[in-house]
Amino acid sequence: MVHDSRITTHPILDVPELEEIGFYWNGNTLKARRGEMISSALIANGISIFGHHHKDGGAQGIFCANGQCAKCSVIANGVSVKSCMVAVTENMIVQSVEGLATLPADDAPSSFEPIEHIDTEVLIIGGGPAGLSAAIELGKKNIPALLIDDKNALGGKLVLQTHKFFGSEEDSRAGTRGHDIGKLLAAEVSAFASIDVWLNSTAVFVFSDRKVGILKDGVYKIVSPKRILNAAGAREKFLRFPGNNLARIYGAGAFQTLVNRDLVRPTQRLFIIGGGNVGLIAGYHALQAGIEVVGLVEAMPVCGGYKVHADKLMRLGVPIYTSHSILCASGKEAVESITITEIDSKFQAIKGTEKTFTCDTILIAVGLDPLSEFTIEAEAAGLPVDSAGDALEIAEASSAMFNGKIAGLKIASALSGESGNPVPEEWYAKAEALKAHPGIIKGYNNNPAEEGVFPIIHCLQEIPCNPCTTVCPTNSINTEDGSLMAVPVYSGSCIGCGKCLLICPGLAITLVDYRKDKDMPTVSLVYEVGNHEIKIGDQLPLVDIDAMPLGKFAVTGVQNYAKQHCQIVKFCVPKAIAKQIAGFVIQPDDVSAALPEPIIPERLADDAMICLCERVTVGQVRSLVRSGISDLNQLKAITRAGMGPCGAKTCEVMIKGVLKEEGIPVTDVVPNTKRPLFIEIPLSKFPDGSVK
Amino acid sequence: MSKIYDIVIIGAGSIGLPTAYYLAKSGRKVLVVDPEHGPGQQNNKKAIGGVRATHSDFGKISVCLRSIEIMRNWHEEMGDDIGWMSNGYSYPAYNEKDAKTLQDLMKIQLSFGLNIKWLSPDEYGEIVPGILKEGLIGSTYSPEDGSCSPLMLTSSFYFHALKAGVDFHFNERVTGFVLDGNKVSEVKTDKGSYACSKVVNASGNNAREIGAMLSLDLPVFPDNHEAGITEPVARFFGPMVIDMRKAPGSANFYFYQNHEGQVVFCITPEPAILGIDNRSTSEFLPMCSKRMLHIYPRLRNLKVRRTWRGQYPMTPDGFPIVGVSKEIPNLINAVGMCGQGFMLGPGMGELITRICNNQLSPEDNLMLKSFDPYREFSGEEKFK
Repeated sequence: MVHDSRITTHPILDVPELEEIGFYWNGNTLKARRGEMISSALIANGISIFGHHHKDGGAQGIFCANGQCAKCSVIANGVSVKSCMVAVTENMIVQSVEGLATLPADDAPSSFEPIEHIDTEVLIIGGGPAGLSAAIELGKKNIPALLIDDKNALGGKLVLQTHKFFGSEEDSRAGTRGHDIGKLLAAEVSAFASIDVWLNSTAVFVFSDRKVGILKDGVYKIVSPKRILNAAGAREKFLRFPGNNLARIYGAGAFQTLVNRDLVRPTQRLFIIGGGNVGLIAGYHALQAGIEVVGLVEAMPVCGGYKVHADKLMRLGVPIYTSHSILCASGKEAVESITITEIDSKFQAIKGTEKTFTCDTILIAVGLDPLSEFTIEAEAAGLPVDSAGDALEIAEASSAMFNGKIAGLKIASALSGESGNPVPEEWYAKAEALKAHPGIIKGYNNNPAEEGVFPIIHCLQEIPCNPCTTVCPTNSINTEDGSLMAVPVYSGSCIGCGKCLLICPGLAITLVDYRKDKDMPTVSLVYEVGNHEIKIGDQLPLVDIDAMPLGKFAVTGVQNYAKQHCQIVKFCVPKAIAKQIAGFVIQPDDVSAALPEPIIPERLADDAMICLCERVTVGQVRSLVRSGISDLNQLKAITRAGMGPCGAKTCEVMIKGVLKEEGIPVTDVVPNTKRPLFIEIPLSKFPDGSVK
Repeated sequence: MSKIYDIVIIGAGSIGLPTAYYLAKSGRKVLVVDPEHGPGQQNNKKAIGGVRATHSDFGKISVCLRSIEIMRNWHEEMGDDIGWMSNGYSYPAYNEKDAKTLQDLMKIQLSFGLNIKWLSPDEYGEIVPGILKEGLIGSTYSPEDGSCSPLMLTSSFYFHALKAGVDFHFNERVTGFVLDGNKVSEVKTDKGSYACSKVVNASGNNAREIGAMLSLDLPVFPDNHEAGITEPVARFFGPMVIDMRKAPGSANFYFYQNHEGQVVFCITPEPAILGIDNRSTSEFLPMCSKRMLHIYPRLRNLKVRRTWRGQYPMTPDGFPIVGVSKEIPNLINAVGMCGQGFMLGPGMGELITRICNNQLSPEDNLMLKSFDPYREFSGEEKFK
């Protein structure tokens, strides 16, 4: 069977023509694209199970897509590798890892090269929005800095952000798409002679002798910086539920990497856990990639992400189940269905409310934790260290860019021995504003007379975003009090240019035009899910802001905006509903239909796995906690939870969750002792040939 | 409000835990005090897990033979898996001098009844496939030596000790002693004071400090060693491999594949790095991996998972200090294990129990001669 899960057309992303090469998977010939990671080549061929765990035979597959764990390990030309970090090559022999891998009998004598030692003023770890913004400030002052990133392109998670950014045009390029911002920042950094950029470079550890081990393009180097900026981003939290060890359960970062960077479709039917911005945006990206989004659950009564993101998903036809939680994932080896349940105000499941949906993948987007290890180790070593972006505080990339800029300026000033704080006072206020959580939700606050042309702003929640106010040529849109955070209001003289529609990151502005026909005004909507697919005459179900149906109407006009990667779609509708129209449904109802009977798990919640690497259950940990152990080191020693390849990156937070549930005060919890290395590296990378 | 114990043990580590368990089993009321937050949190958890009886003196050989017996039967007798494997030890010799040293030592070891043999390079290549044959003269192989998980054994000892009625006070530091004449009557800590009839000093790195509280000069000087562990792979070689040669920066290094399939490795810095510093250095992996891949290129594709640093509480002659104090007759010192606390632990725990219970046999007394706290410390261990 030929299975091609490649994304061949995408509304936002260019799909490059890449050379096709052949490789072998467990003896079968498959096609890959030159340069892509083994994992993506396998997923493109419909393969999601890469092996089976040596402890319990559990199916293994992609999990972090970031080189941090080892769940995606395969045998490539005889050697066990992380398939998400190694590019497939022509005729590569790839095999699944069944149990423990066999070390190849490669007995050729080793030769050792000297390790290169490099000094630099500043080592910036992470080339995402924060790291790039900091590098620009350092570059402006001609301060030598080395910026490293473990990916093959700069931009960090910006690379994966196909949506338009929030914030303000001035401070965070609001209205521009994330991946374009990444390119702009990268270009700016590359113009500075004092900034050295190393791609494909992973910081392995910050050692006590103030040296940072870095694996650059597979070669180990030792860097001695005077200061470090940790701009390494964040790590996704995982979740405890029965079945969480099945294949095809992973975080939004992994999902977006596969879909938006590698242009492969790892799923046909996706279910999302978590209604923060990450989960909501991932759902939108899934739709753009042609993936069915069966639903999204959020434990709180309201999604934590921006309302405009949630509205967008709902309007397109994705149900959002608030006050719901996952009960279990079911399937033989990989996810085949999900059962969700309504929960009460104490987050307890309400019996009888269970619903089961078939889906092949579950995406976990339940929050992020700052990647603090670089900071902790640098501090322990006595190296001055700053943090920026998610490594400092979890917030939007718009905020990361701004606090990266602040960090860069501060470091520059510290290195040049300047006294006092070089950062302008208003920058701090802006930084605060950009990272603000969504505020209160208001009603529609203007009701223009039904004549002429004007925008309806379906953006009713206070969020730090205002490009609609700066783009309007007649200055007719302003936030209520002029602040970045307040809700935008139209008042003035619209000329119907549509610029506000095109710039709005929330796709939350429509244009209602009564000029041709007062009773059947034309409503314009922005659409960017399909690839310029809407045609005049298409019958589409229109909905209001809450996805309530307003009837099916024919498309009366389409304008394609190639540069903006979207369409403006027009409908002539009765004036009674014109101002309510906020979007149209594209995903049919039956996609999100529940099974007639829910699958209620026989397994207890404590059967969920807490350490996927070492296959440790919640129950094992809980019984030890109840016996009086509140030391993560001791829990690790007894259960091995945290001793696996990911280095406690996944389980630590979940174990702390169990300790909290068991009433252990945070102050009594002894944290895991952190040790090198941050990620697993082959022994062959380390020998130093300089000593005879 | 002091509680009365038969024995207070200072230190819940490689020596303290087995001692506590065996003493409690013999009916004694035991308290273990440790400044760390749980059992085995100092150097015990840093041990790489190798266990050998193939030493060069009666004391260590006898104690370790008993340790091996205890560990080998642990799963069956105590019900807990500790990852024991009789995977043996080997010392490949790459020069005539080392070969002679090893072969001379073998004579002594054989005279003690130890199972050790000399393997030709080809024979050695069968149990360590792919090992560097160039320059290899041969290797010792002692198949009854082995390894187990310090983490698992320590947990098991701890839970069995709890069951046997031992009291553990963690996060508690000994601050001094109350003397009654020349005997300790109470052990004082930062949290309380405990009356007892005997005290066992099994305080590892802190031995000297504890001794000083009683005006004893215990010559125990920790030095730092760094170790690492790889990802697990299918079993591909058998024994612990110890390369005893010196190289710039290191005296020797050794590695084995543990019960999980992970390769554990360690290097002995030369000159020694004295003191207590658990932080990792950038020098360890480049130095150790180079030596490992030189003699065993096959290791090249193994991924390093973790490295760490711990201490060998060293004595001047490389032998432990175990015995009743002459100055404080109800104090038993069991310190200075010189990095072998884990392998000595179970056997030593029983021996200390017999000391405390006045049940020493003539053979015990012979063993204890090796560890005599009042020896000259002028000798040097024939072989480490």
